[in-house]
Amino acid sequence: MRKSPLLWPLILIGAILLLNLVLDPGFFHITFRDGRFYGSLIDILNRAAPVMLLSVGMTLVIATGGVDLSVGAIMAIAGSVAAGLMVRPKGFLLASLPVHTIPTIVLAAVAIAALCGLFNGLLIGYAKLQPIVATLILMVSGRGLAQLLTDGQIITFNDPAFAAIGTGASLTLPNPIWIALCVALVAGLLVRKTAFGLFTEAVGDNPRAADGVGIDSRSIKLAIYTISGVCAGIAGLIAAADIKAADANNAGAMLELDAILSVALGGTSMAGGRFSLAGSLLGAILMQAVTTTILTRGVPTEATLILKALLVVGVCLAQSPTWAKRRVA
Amino acid sequence: MSGPLLQLSGIVKRFPGVVALDRVDFELRAGEVHTLMGENGAGKSSLLKVLTGVYKPDEGRIELAGQVIQPSSPAHAAELGIGAVYQEVNLAPNLSVAENVCLGREPRGKFGIQWKQMANRAEIALGRLGVNIDVHRPLSAYSIAIQQLVAIARGLDVSAKVLVLDEPTSSLDASEVESLFVAMKRLRDEGMGLVFVSHFLQQVEDISDRITILRNGKLVGAYEAKDLSRKELVSLMIGRDFSDLQTTAPVLSETQSSEVLSFKNVSHKGSVSGLDFTVRSGDVLGIAGLLGSGRTEAIRICFGFDSVSDGSATFNGVSYPLNPKKVIKHGMGHCPEDRKADGIFPNLSIAENIAIVKQAKRGWFRPIGSKELRNLADESIRDLKVATPDSRKKIGELSGGNQQKVLLARWLAANPKLMLLDEPTRGIDVGAKFEIAELIERLRQSGMAFIFVSSELTEVVHSSTQIAVMRDREQIAMMPGGVTKDDVLAKISEEKAG
Repeated sequence: MRKSPLLWPLILIGAILLLNLVLDPGFFHITFRDGRFYGSLIDILNRAAPVMLLSVGMTLVIATGGVDLSVGAIMAIAGSVAAGLMVRPKGFLLASLPVHTIPTIVLAAVAIAALCGLFNGLLIGYAKLQPIVATLILMVSGRGLAQLLTDGQIITFNDPAFAAIGTGASLTLPNPIWIALCVALVAGLLVRKTAFGLFTEAVGDNPRAADGVGIDSRSIKLAIYTISGVCAGIAGLIAAADIKAADANNAGAMLELDAILSVALGGTSMAGGRFSLAGSLLGAILMQAVTTTILTRGVPTEATLILKALLVVGVCLAQSPTWAKRRVA
Repeated sequence: MSGPLLQLSGIVKRFPGVVALDRVDFELRAGEVHTLMGENGAGKSSLLKVLTGVYKPDEGRIELAGQVIQPSSPAHAAELGIGAVYQEVNLAPNLSVAENVCLGREPRGKFGIQWKQMANRAEIALGRLGVNIDVHRPLSAYSIAIQQLVAIARGLDVSAKVLVLDEPTSSLDASEVESLFVAMKRLRDEGMGLVFVSHFLQQVEDISDRITILRNGKLVGAYEAKDLSRKELVSLMIGRDFSDLQTTAPVLSETQSSEVLSFKNVSHKGSVSGLDFTVRSGDVLGIAGLLGSGRTEAIRICFGFDSVSDGSATFNGVSYPLNPKKVIKHGMGHCPEDRKADGIFPNLSIAENIAIVKQAKRGWFRPIGSKELRNLADESIRDLKVATPDSRKKIGELSGGNQQKVLLARWLAANPKLMLLDEPTRGIDVGAKFEIAELIERLRQSGMAFIFVSSELTEVVHSSTQIAVMRDREQIAMMPGGVTKDDVLAKISEEKAG
């Protein structure tokens, strides 16, 4: 009997939404104003977008049996690069970069995020460092790098075109939702319409056997950590655009853990092997649904973290093979 | 002692959709080694699990020394006097030998564990098996054989009357098996009853007093070992007569075969040396030698895992150095010795496990579609007679023999010129062994080449067109096909004396 990994996150999302509906009959209310939808449901998706993006890369990383702790720091780097290129403050390290239009600035920031991921991939795939150690390097030094880039300042900017990445809307929905969905779709096509997903699962399931059948696990890992870096870079741009500022210290702080939790909630094993991108996306939405619920109920923020933890324990137990067996027996 | 030590009568164990044990009787006398035989799925492990309290039988009775018992767990069974040692040794390699022997039942005093007494107890337990080693050293400092004996010492509580040994020899070489058998005989002579399971026919003949055969969950019968010829044994197990089994070695027709692999005095620094052979299409090069003689190392060099540090080697016209990816591209395949650790992707489906080599050769950008995948899998499953209802099942759920067939299928799907088979028949039942031997011969006749390593010399001489004899990490001789097992053994020992 094989159960879909999507089952539990879906049930829980449904339960939480239902709970909200009971507490606040207007919770599902969606209004249409200025060519876009507003409402709590839209808000949950919008807020979940950065973690959804991170969880796409994180799912692939975890499927290879690794973990990427550096995604929060990469978000900060991408935000700082973009803000720096727009504002060009005194002491900005990349001041000589001839990039001035918003599209090229976005590309430059994402490219630097990709380089960060590539660095992780080299350490893990080729130098064979343990993923947790290798990405810890950038997790710690990445924020330092972001601060160096911006000379320790929080750079604020006022470019409406760039801010639209985080606060604008297209085709009736906020842009972050579209960005997250597009990235997820591209990733989904990449892994399921090519053999990339199969190779990833093979490397994660049994790395020695993967070597023995001629799969180049080094280049697979290199590609996957680079993808994770790109996802983090895009998430970093959204986060910066949202507040019209690059805060090297706080942008994306602890989000790597949220991303890992989303993947776990989505039913992908931390040991590597089988993975589910859709599960991870639902996991990210579930966590945001809980957070939003707690905030709108006026529960103190401190309690959010504990409630989240309880939720994670519950879902992970529900999905663990031992408990599944007990239920059957 | 009057009456049997252990008596299982009318044991029935059902699982959803299958009767694993159908009114099976089993009797064990004190002071005997009683071997349980049968193909995979015959019910051996189910019977052992009933005996050791892992499964609760649906019907039937277990009597130990005349008392009815109902073991509810392995720990409970051990308390009752039934110890067990399983194929896969579950010991802690970094703990000391003494700690391993006493793990979970350490002698305790007021101030925690009494280390001296623990060492004492371990020494006594090992002494019973004829092993005298420093019990303070970590387990990993000793050979696999000693580790196996430590596992037995662990299974031997002072009060144990029955000891179950489930394939204890599968990772041991001949001399290590010998020392295990010495230990088993000591226990037997102390009046213990031993239940032994092994796939190695030679070992079964060497050690058994009696043999009980199971087939498809039913009892075939219990026999005195000395009255049972190997042929009878095999045909009782598989339920068909193997008189039609080909007994002459295959011969290579020299006329139209091209050179596939050529090794000229090849060595890998610190591993093996003197590898010198030529493999043509339609050849089966058997590598004979004891465990540790360098067989697997030779295979590793062929497949490009280890480099050629001296001598010259070519595969398919291309000179080494080559890595696995390259040799695969040029048409080599490799079934590794350790199927679980190096071969299967346990959580991927059977179909994916079959398609993976073909896919890896194609590259990630040209995926095998779902229809092609299903066809490929179904075809392989039919061709190789893999026993599974559904190619979407995880390969980890298959028996060892079927996993091995899937691993073969994975390479055959890529149509290789040369297959390296490192112990392809280890741990699989006799029926599947014959099937794999037949498959090799069939493919050989169609022009595929093989390098075949097996601990069972009989299999090597049976399948090979030429044999490379290895000893002490060196190739010491080449022999033509058609020689007997004794010829090869003589070669190995003769060189040793000189």
